[in-house]
Amino acid sequence: MVDATLISTVSGSFQRRKWLALAIPVVIFAYLFYAAVSFDVLGVAARARMDNAQNLLADFWSYKVSVVRDNRSGKVMSAIDGDVRNAFSPDWVKTAGRVTQIDLGGGNLVTYDAQGARYVVPGYGTISITAPDGKLVLDAPQPLPDWISASDTRVGVTTSAGRFIYTKSKVETQRFFAGWELFFFTFDSPFYGKSIGQLTALALWDARVDPSQPNWEAMSHDFLTNDLWHHGDVLWAIFETLLMAFLGTFCAALIALPLSFLAASNMMPWRLPRFAMRRVLDFIRGLDALIWTLILVRAFGPGPMTGALAILMTDTGLFGKIFSEALENIDEKQVEGIRSTGANAIQRARFGVLPQVLPILMSQVLYNFESNTRSATVIGAIVGGGIGLLLTQAIQTQKDWEDVAYYLILIIAMVVVIDWLSGLIRRKLIKG
Amino acid sequence: MVDVAFGPEPGKRPDLSDPRHAYLQMVRLKRIYGAVLLVLFIMLLATGFRVAQSRNAGDFLSGLPMLGAFPSEVLSEGWANRANVPGLALHFIPSLIETLNIAAVSTLLGGLLAALLAMLSTRGLAPFPRLIPLFRRTMDALRALPDVVIALVLIYVLGGGPIPAVMAICIHTTGALGKLFSEASENADLKPVEGLASTGARWGQRIWLGVLPQVAPNWASYLLMRFEINVRASAILGFVGQGGIGADLKVAMQWGQGKYDEVVAIFLILFATIVVIDRSSDWLRTRLTKGAHHG
Repeated sequence: MVDATLISTVSGSFQRRKWLALAIPVVIFAYLFYAAVSFDVLGVAARARMDNAQNLLADFWSYKVSVVRDNRSGKVMSAIDGDVRNAFSPDWVKTAGRVTQIDLGGGNLVTYDAQGARYVVPGYGTISITAPDGKLVLDAPQPLPDWISASDTRVGVTTSAGRFIYTKSKVETQRFFAGWELFFFTFDSPFYGKSIGQLTALALWDARVDPSQPNWEAMSHDFLTNDLWHHGDVLWAIFETLLMAFLGTFCAALIALPLSFLAASNMMPWRLPRFAMRRVLDFIRGLDALIWTLILVRAFGPGPMTGALAILMTDTGLFGKIFSEALENIDEKQVEGIRSTGANAIQRARFGVLPQVLPILMSQVLYNFESNTRSATVIGAIVGGGIGLLLTQAIQTQKDWEDVAYYLILIIAMVVVIDWLSGLIRRKLIKG
Repeated sequence: MVDVAFGPEPGKRPDLSDPRHAYLQMVRLKRIYGAVLLVLFIMLLATGFRVAQSRNAGDFLSGLPMLGAFPSEVLSEGWANRANVPGLALHFIPSLIETLNIAAVSTLLGGLLAALLAMLSTRGLAPFPRLIPLFRRTMDALRALPDVVIALVLIYVLGGGPIPAVMAICIHTTGALGKLFSEASENADLKPVEGLASTGARWGQRIWLGVLPQVAPNWASYLLMRFEINVRASAILGFVGQGGIGADLKVAMQWGQGKYDEVVAIFLILFATIVVIDRSSDWLRTRLTKGAHHG
């Protein structure tokens, strides 16, 4: 009773599927293997700078205090991040005459004196460095472990308690502490070192620290002009990034709306302008954001306006396409009803079409605003504006990784807040 | 009845003697609100634009005539040296392939990771239902970071080359695709899964044989769309970081006059590639989601 050809077709197609299910993973793995070879994965694994990664991670959650002695003048300075502006005297550094004692904790003891420096590492011994005639002489228990690097000009010791570096010109001891020091106020601010309770009291009811202005004003001034973290500039950069995304997205929507009427087949009866408008929109979209950005930077110079214009260009193309598709999918009955009252084209568009599509369009625009806050960071890095610029600068100097961590956290916070906000508005719009 | 409809409190009632007038008044009020909002919004845009312009190196009006200057400069030099352009385009094909490889590898790896995360965070399919919020927040976090930022940090650790770019795009792709994948698999029919479970299939087998065949067209379509996006992202990454056609473009642009024929060649092959990929993935995606037409 069973059709023989049916059996053969069915089992044949089963066979084919089986082969396909096997072949696709094999092809994918073969391709990945080829890519791994052509990208030189093994070479990268060998070249990777794990010490850089360590520095980076350490800076993410800690700060360092450097105790530096200038070997020529003999002057000793303790400062956060080794910056003169943040010099202070910690209680674990004791100076008496030409001898400085640094207690790194856990029995690690560093001593600077007239001859050179000594570092007592518990469980290992004393590392002593002298510089009799310009050349460094290292005296330490042999064989040298790999956490001591020594040459004629530089001796470096890295232990869990800190880092010690001796060069001809200076000797430096670094001790690490958790947290980001001076994040709110620097040493020169009267609010430095106060607890949250004290600060609240000062801001709300305590006597003025500076008689010329209220405490909360002085506090926000000291916070925003923080010399180490530059909160004011950073907040302004975040604002600039948001501004780029906002201007670019919404101006693009305003420009794309009339264009999309020209590109929609049910709004534009003539073929030729419709076809031309569609190709223009295709061209704008196809010419990548990168290329637009480069062209615009040449004309308008670096800055946030250029970034906004770059977003505007790419989004105009995108919105033109999406809007015209939405216009083509409208319900014609409402337009018919308006037409029956003798309305002209503009009135039909205003009262028949727009009320139908506006919620969809707004939701799309908001969604793009969301994704543009992310791209504005990247575009900012190319055109030189906003938080993207600060971030790439901080990364390229390869020094202030705590700044990088700070910017990254701010960017994530910005994206999350905008996502949440636009999600909220979109749900409201769709529900009506 | 009227009291019930307008509330128990006595007070102002709409004047129903002239419904036409009341309606028109309501419409007028609504329009005034709309117009005020629109004006406020446009004023906000204008102010924002002025702020952005004041922070910009050049202003809008004096830059506008210059808009065509750079393209025309590039194009005229490219045209003058048009004999070089095909050769230069061929010369840059290897870096174009590198850019495409970066996009493809990161899309594939990101897709695999996203599939795993999506399965772990889909209601009804997840093996550990309590951990669903954890996996979802993980995907949100992966999506939140721009890929260029991740790439720059990775370049510092790993040195140059395509690997940091792949990892960066892969991280972003995992987050973005994971969300789409899990939305698609949430709509999958659970009956085949139950059937497989009744035969004693393990979790992996239930997913592989019960869910994947249902969601494969949608997933493949998302994967293709992501590949389009990633090609652009990897070109930009090359420009900001290093590697691929973006880096070549940056070098040629920074050189300026004399290398504009290279710029033209790179623009041409980049534009052509993006258009070809967009078109073919458009075609493939409609085929995947709407089904191949037979005959």
